[in-house]
Amino acid sequence: MSASSIFTRPARLAAIAPYVWMVLFFLVPFAFVLKISLSQTAISQPPYTPVFDLGAGFASLEAALAALSSDNFHLLFSDDLYVLSYLRSLVVAAVSTSILLLIGYPIAYGMARLPKRWQAIAMMLVIVPFWTSFLIRIYAWINILQHDGLLNQILLALHLVSSPVVWLSTDTAMYLGIVYSYLPFMILPLYATLTKLEPALEEAAADLGASPREVFWLVTFPLSLPGVGAGVLLCFIPIVGEFVIPDLLAGSDALMIGQTLWLEFFTNKDWPVASATAIVLLALLLLPLVLYDRLQRRQLEAAR
Amino acid sequence: MSARRRLSRFNIASLALGAAFLYLPILILVVYSFNASRLVTVWGGWSLRWYEEFFNDHAMIEAAWMSMRVAVASASIATLIGTLAAVALSRGESFKGRTLFSGMLYAPLVMPEVITGLSLLLLFVALNAERGFWTVTIAHTTLTMCFVAVVVQSRLASLDRSLEEAAMDLGCDPVRAFVMVTLPLIGPAIAAGWMLAFTLSLDDLVIASFTTGPGSATLPIRIYSEVRLGVKPEINAICTMVIGFIAVVIVSASVASKLSSARGESAAPL
Repeated sequence: MSASSIFTRPARLAAIAPYVWMVLFFLVPFAFVLKISLSQTAISQPPYTPVFDLGAGFASLEAALAALSSDNFHLLFSDDLYVLSYLRSLVVAAVSTSILLLIGYPIAYGMARLPKRWQAIAMMLVIVPFWTSFLIRIYAWINILQHDGLLNQILLALHLVSSPVVWLSTDTAMYLGIVYSYLPFMILPLYATLTKLEPALEEAAADLGASPREVFWLVTFPLSLPGVGAGVLLCFIPIVGEFVIPDLLAGSDALMIGQTLWLEFFTNKDWPVASATAIVLLALLLLPLVLYDRLQRRQLEAAR
Repeated sequence: MSARRRLSRFNIASLALGAAFLYLPILILVVYSFNASRLVTVWGGWSLRWYEEFFNDHAMIEAAWMSMRVAVASASIATLIGTLAAVALSRGESFKGRTLFSGMLYAPLVMPEVITGLSLLLLFVALNAERGFWTVTIAHTTLTMCFVAVVVQSRLASLDRSLEEAAMDLGCDPVRAFVMVTLPLIGPAIAAGWMLAFTLSLDDLVIASFTTGPGSATLPIRIYSEVRLGVKPEINAICTMVIGFIAVVIVSASVASKLSSARGESAAPL
């Protein structure tokens, strides 16, 4: 028996506490979301009619199963408000992720080509905004984009516009906020892949007569695809459910699904519809989530 | 050694623009927090009056205190459990339910916060738990322990295992070898994990909004409700203090990891 395999038993025991915690506080809660999404809305505290009462035995379970209602899901698919919210979320996430890739790739590529000493500093510069508050970074943009904000003052001073432009409560502001907030999530996985790339491969391609453009598109880019995949998923999935950025920067005429869920829960106090909204959102994100999980696990196995 | 790759003009331009894009908005926010004028966008000279305003705002101070307590408590629990999870992932080889285990640890990293928040709230309501400090702390722990696990696990993966094996060959049992050899080596990563968990908790609005109860708002919840009403100079001052506080935390962390790498250990990856 090798020394490292002696290590595995205590290491497996170490899994117990985190395992129990995540089952209890991550997995089990979804069962409650599912249960309440199938309940009837009621004006009470808490605001739903419970469908299961396990204390009352099997007879009531049968009655409860009969009372299960898919009304909330019917509502989601019949009311334009919800369908449009889901569509808008997917479109916004797809567009922002594309912009993020277009902006993030050149930055990550530049970082990977810096001398090693500078790479550490550049890496730090990308990570620091990740540590500073999300909300504060959105608020910083409100300062700049508001009616008499810095952007309009500069545009007016340069005579580029004759009257202040409305920036806040527009999709432009929302995209700006999303790209700003998620840029580190795109840059870091890209940089991690690009910096591990063997420079000799690019040199060999160049020596064999490839132009710099060909070197990039035939060698560098294909080899960086795992990083592209990680960055895209790391941005796309949370952006679909984003609440704060569209709420503070976009207009109120079209909502993203995170805002609709928030509205149902906090303003309308309709917990069953909010839960059903969450279930459908989760179903939409299942495929990207599984892809992300596989990518992460492959990296984990490669590192071991 | 291969020839050094040259930086093209395009590389330099994208780096400079990227840095400006990431930092200018925050810089502008900080400068305006010292603006004497009530109108946020009109410069009225340097002043500390908005900081004074904050220190007289009891509701805001109470929210900041609540956030601080939650952040310390949740980061500490998350670091303990997250480190255990990292050890299990990187040293436990294959065990029953490993796929589910790693899935549960990675999913919260990208899961939309509205889903995590709503599901935890429904659990707390079903358990009839009184909502406030502990419910927010548990919710934040659940999210941040996954980040801790990722940070510590990547350090464990890069660690030379022959050190642990040598300790065991010399008669240490696995737990002792871990405590005496591995733990000091991954210390900087654990510290980085704690600080990441701390700042994520301090920052969170959505999950805290779902899981807190009446009368125990966190700082982001208070800031959010003020921001919805428009830009206020006092908010600039609060945001600047939060940024300053986090900057101090990060700088001390990197100094600490420099010191430990000076002792022959390598720095934490994040």
